[in-house]
Amino acid sequence: MRAPLSWIKEFVEIPSNITPEQISDALIRVGFEVEEIIVQGADLKGPLKFGKVLSIDEITEFKKPIRYVGLDCGEGEVRYVICGATNFVLGDIVSVAIPGAVLPGEFAIAARETYGKTSNGMICSGRELGISEDHSGIMTFAEGSVEIGSDAIEFLHINDVIFDVAVNPDRGYALSIRGIAREVAAALNLTFTDPVEALRGLNFEESGKGVPAKIVDQDAASVFYLRTLSNFDQSAHTPIWMRRRIEKMGMRSISLVVDITNYVMLELGQPLHAFDADKITGGLSIKRAGTVQKFVTLDGQERTLDSDDLMVWDDLKPLALAGTMGGLESEITVSTSRIAVEAVRFNPTAIAKNSRRHKLSSEASRRLERSVDPSLAEFASARFVQLLTQLSTAKHVATVIDGEPRYAPIVKVDPAYISRILGIDLTPAEIASYLRLVGCDVNESNFEVDPPAWRSDLLQPADFAEEVARMVGYDKIPSILPPRPHHASLTSTQKRRRAIATMLASRGFAEVQTFPFTNQSTIDSMGFVGERAATYKIANPMSEEFPLMRVHLVPGLIEVAQRNISRGAKDFAIFEMGSIFRSPQKLIPAISPELGARPAQSVIDEILGSVPPQAFHVAGLLVGKNEASNWQGSARAYSWEDAIAYAQDILQLCNLKWTIKRSDFAPWHPGRCAELIVDGKAVAHAGELHPRIVAQYGLPERSVAFAVGLSVLPETELVRPTTVGTMPAALQDVALIVDASVAAGDVEQALRGGGGDLLESITLFDRYDKLGDGKISLAFALTFRAPDRTLTGAEVSAARESAVAAAAKATGAILRAN
Amino acid sequence: MNPQEVAGWVADAAKAFADSLDLESLKTARLAHVGDKAPISLASRALGSLSPEDKATAGKIIGEAKAEIGRLLAEATARLEAERDARVLIEEVVDITLPVQRSHRGGLHPITIIKNEVSDFFIEQGFSVEEGPELESGWLNFDALNIPADHPARTMQDTFYIEPVDSGMVLRTQTSPVQIRTMLSQQPPIYVISPGRTFRADELDATHSPVFHQVEGLVIDKGITMAHLKGTLDNFARHMFGDEVSTRLRPSFFPFTEPSAEIDIFFNGRWIEWGGCGMVNPKVLATCGIDTDIYTGFAFGMGLERTLMVRHGITDMHDIVEGDLRFTRQFGVGL
Repeated sequence: MRAPLSWIKEFVEIPSNITPEQISDALIRVGFEVEEIIVQGADLKGPLKFGKVLSIDEITEFKKPIRYVGLDCGEGEVRYVICGATNFVLGDIVSVAIPGAVLPGEFAIAARETYGKTSNGMICSGRELGISEDHSGIMTFAEGSVEIGSDAIEFLHINDVIFDVAVNPDRGYALSIRGIAREVAAALNLTFTDPVEALRGLNFEESGKGVPAKIVDQDAASVFYLRTLSNFDQSAHTPIWMRRRIEKMGMRSISLVVDITNYVMLELGQPLHAFDADKITGGLSIKRAGTVQKFVTLDGQERTLDSDDLMVWDDLKPLALAGTMGGLESEITVSTSRIAVEAVRFNPTAIAKNSRRHKLSSEASRRLERSVDPSLAEFASARFVQLLTQLSTAKHVATVIDGEPRYAPIVKVDPAYISRILGIDLTPAEIASYLRLVGCDVNESNFEVDPPAWRSDLLQPADFAEEVARMVGYDKIPSILPPRPHHASLTSTQKRRRAIATMLASRGFAEVQTFPFTNQSTIDSMGFVGERAATYKIANPMSEEFPLMRVHLVPGLIEVAQRNISRGAKDFAIFEMGSIFRSPQKLIPAISPELGARPAQSVIDEILGSVPPQAFHVAGLLVGKNEASNWQGSARAYSWEDAIAYAQDILQLCNLKWTIKRSDFAPWHPGRCAELIVDGKAVAHAGELHPRIVAQYGLPERSVAFAVGLSVLPETELVRPTTVGTMPAALQDVALIVDASVAAGDVEQALRGGGGDLLESITLFDRYDKLGDGKISLAFALTFRAPDRTLTGAEVSAARESAVAAAAKATGAILRAN
Repeated sequence: MNPQEVAGWVADAAKAFADSLDLESLKTARLAHVGDKAPISLASRALGSLSPEDKATAGKIIGEAKAEIGRLLAEATARLEAERDARVLIEEVVDITLPVQRSHRGGLHPITIIKNEVSDFFIEQGFSVEEGPELESGWLNFDALNIPADHPARTMQDTFYIEPVDSGMVLRTQTSPVQIRTMLSQQPPIYVISPGRTFRADELDATHSPVFHQVEGLVIDKGITMAHLKGTLDNFARHMFGDEVSTRLRPSFFPFTEPSAEIDIFFNGRWIEWGGCGMVNPKVLATCGIDTDIYTGFAFGMGLERTLMVRHGITDMHDIVEGDLRFTRQFGVGL
């Protein structure tokens, strides 16, 4: 919303020592962000004069049309200038920069030779004068609207300051000069004159029968003013002062009738719509589109209507998309002589829906969907009649009214509540005076507060608290820390995630965060099937390329790896932590209990239960070499065992016990994937990625990955450590021959079982696979220790033999002869 | 044998030891002056042939001389051994400027770092860190926060909906549903923050991302005022941006707070919008079953990407979301 200082000053007495910056600061203080202070005219220096076009000499030998124009600038002799614009005719009045003038951008005007002529000045466009963005041509003025030869800078009110103000959606009233001026006055403690006061009690003589008006859909509007005027003569032009104000607001002057509707809307905030009354059959009524399907708006677009669209009808057909845009058929034209001007207090939701359904946000709909002062239907339409009858030959015929304004109810406000919310001690009298400043009527005896007509948003005591805070100034609220009697800490889940991330980061992994979106072809190429492939579809995805929620973290890591590889990285490890979205749960229709009271617990449970569980994972991808190759030698490639080691390190970090087995599990190599099992549940997978995937995504051969389901890990139990034994350890090596198909993990587990309590630790220190006959040798170092004594040779031998026997039994292992 | 002669042997030995430049030449000197053929050794052996009186006298002289030579030898040996050791250490010098860092350099994502930093700050203030699902019920994400069904934020231009659309399931547009979940499940006093991932249907550009992160805070207790909101945010701003930062609250509008405000920070010479805040709307409290006659509360929320970008002078969102190792590694583990 723009607001020219010159217009604000019409309603607020602003002392000359108050600067535009102070006004801007004041607006910001009361909640209106000033996005820009536009200073017009400061970099424009005259002389700038109005001149009448006396002659046009078209020069055609150049690439573009050039005119040599003779002008009467009231100087007694004709002034000739070269002009590249063609949007003017003989007799038009234009603004002319006379040599010596300086236009914005330090563009000095001087007499000069050009196109074989002497140009003695320049005919200006609004853009060249720095007063509009309109690039379409030079500014022209109707005969009689300006005085030839007079100072155009003064006459066009070029010197002004325009505030571009952001208006929050709850403050529709501020989409008007009236609203902004009121806020400026309140914020700076200045006197405000409400323009509506001058319109109160304004009555127009009835000279005939007006067009009838009817609100058929009672929910859609509360009050409807329809004023009919006749005898309008189209020769009447918009006065310069009005045109300039409309332009300063960023709109364009169109015709007197349309300009007045816009002017009144900008001034007061109530959109008006003017119909050509001769094109109305019968009367106007407000109702839904129903079965009507097509409607052409005045921008020439044919629109397909929704049956719920709110329309302004005559007796036969819709004439306007209510509160949003008029229809082409009934618009004001050059032949219009009878005018019906409509001012309605529409239901904001109905207009918001109109606007949204048709993707049509107009100056009118922006205001009406934010709620307009219900009293303005009367006053704004009266202002229209006042201006049109003053500025043209039009006569008021009759005013027809349907419905009546509905205002926000009186609210009982406890002044102590306001102090309690704001944290400032305010007396009831102070609170009352602040509330009056924003337009409320306050009965101080019982603190019943009647909000002003333009504030339909003031409904509960908290709303009034905000108004008081605004007027006091948010900067007056003290800064105090709340009491904090509470102890807090991260949950064990949160601590665990942090520890894992920090461990991976300090061991060379870079953490990434990818968008959790995917598509079917990615899911398919990973080899996910069944429950692991099912997910949720986004109804309106960012891109049709990624319409699904991810089911796994590895595909995102692959995408990041590809990006890094394409940017020159070769050897790296990355990880991500995040939610995945598999959908074993069917979504049920939304449950939407009413607000204002806590829903029944069963309803709350139903809502919470309707949200599907979302597993939280950590996954890593390791590509290329495990470290840098340098003068010390060449590094080795990451291999399946690295991925498994990291997955186990994560479980170890969480102090969990697990078992491990080989698994055929997407997206891993079926022969090189480990499954880690905790409490009987598979919680992690790790190993080499499936070669098909590695090839398809162009990753380095034998890239490896791990994924751990953090949300399925059991809680870590409190550590209850055993005493550390100080007795000497006995070391024993055993080499066992087994079939190559036997898993080393199974052999180790059997040794552990057979070794009993005395076996402290076990390490596989050699694996020899060149024995032939499908046999391999596994050599383990066993450490035996008793907590309370030195073990005898016999005890150690017995334990060792027991371990070997158990391995033999479980895996067919044979002790290898030395 | 006269004492002068013996003293000469000692002096000869002392000189020979002193002249030895290394352990090898000391060995030669040792053989010459204490070996079997050395004059003192010969004289010592000859003592047997002397009379008992002479033997006593000469024995004493020779014994003392032998002890002195032994002492000189030990001294010379220690000196030369120390010299040799020092020389070996010097010879074993290496080029310690050779590049030795072979392991990959890792790093936490900067959003993780800032999330941890925010969490730690608030935990110290007695706030718990609450989390919730990213795919969320529309009632929790919108209705319960007093965002009505026809609110513009709920259109498909702004919010991602999950099929079937009548389920009302959305990708949460804010972490505020965590506040609702907390109020529905806990009794005041409530002091929580909810950092997390959020979604809005914005195109990815230098300052926007459809997937981003927020941290929100919620306090519900007896006697909570807007002054407490301000105090908390002032403290938070100083923690994140340093003691020089100043803040201001500006009246604003959010359906779930009343009064509402924007918090701006004055950082690096200009005012920057940081986040939104306000006193929790009594309608929201009532919907969660909190007695508005007893309790009041405040809430606030800000973008973590924005906080990160402002504080670290990051100008392009792409760097934060693309996962380029060169970007992430610069942050280390966030110390």
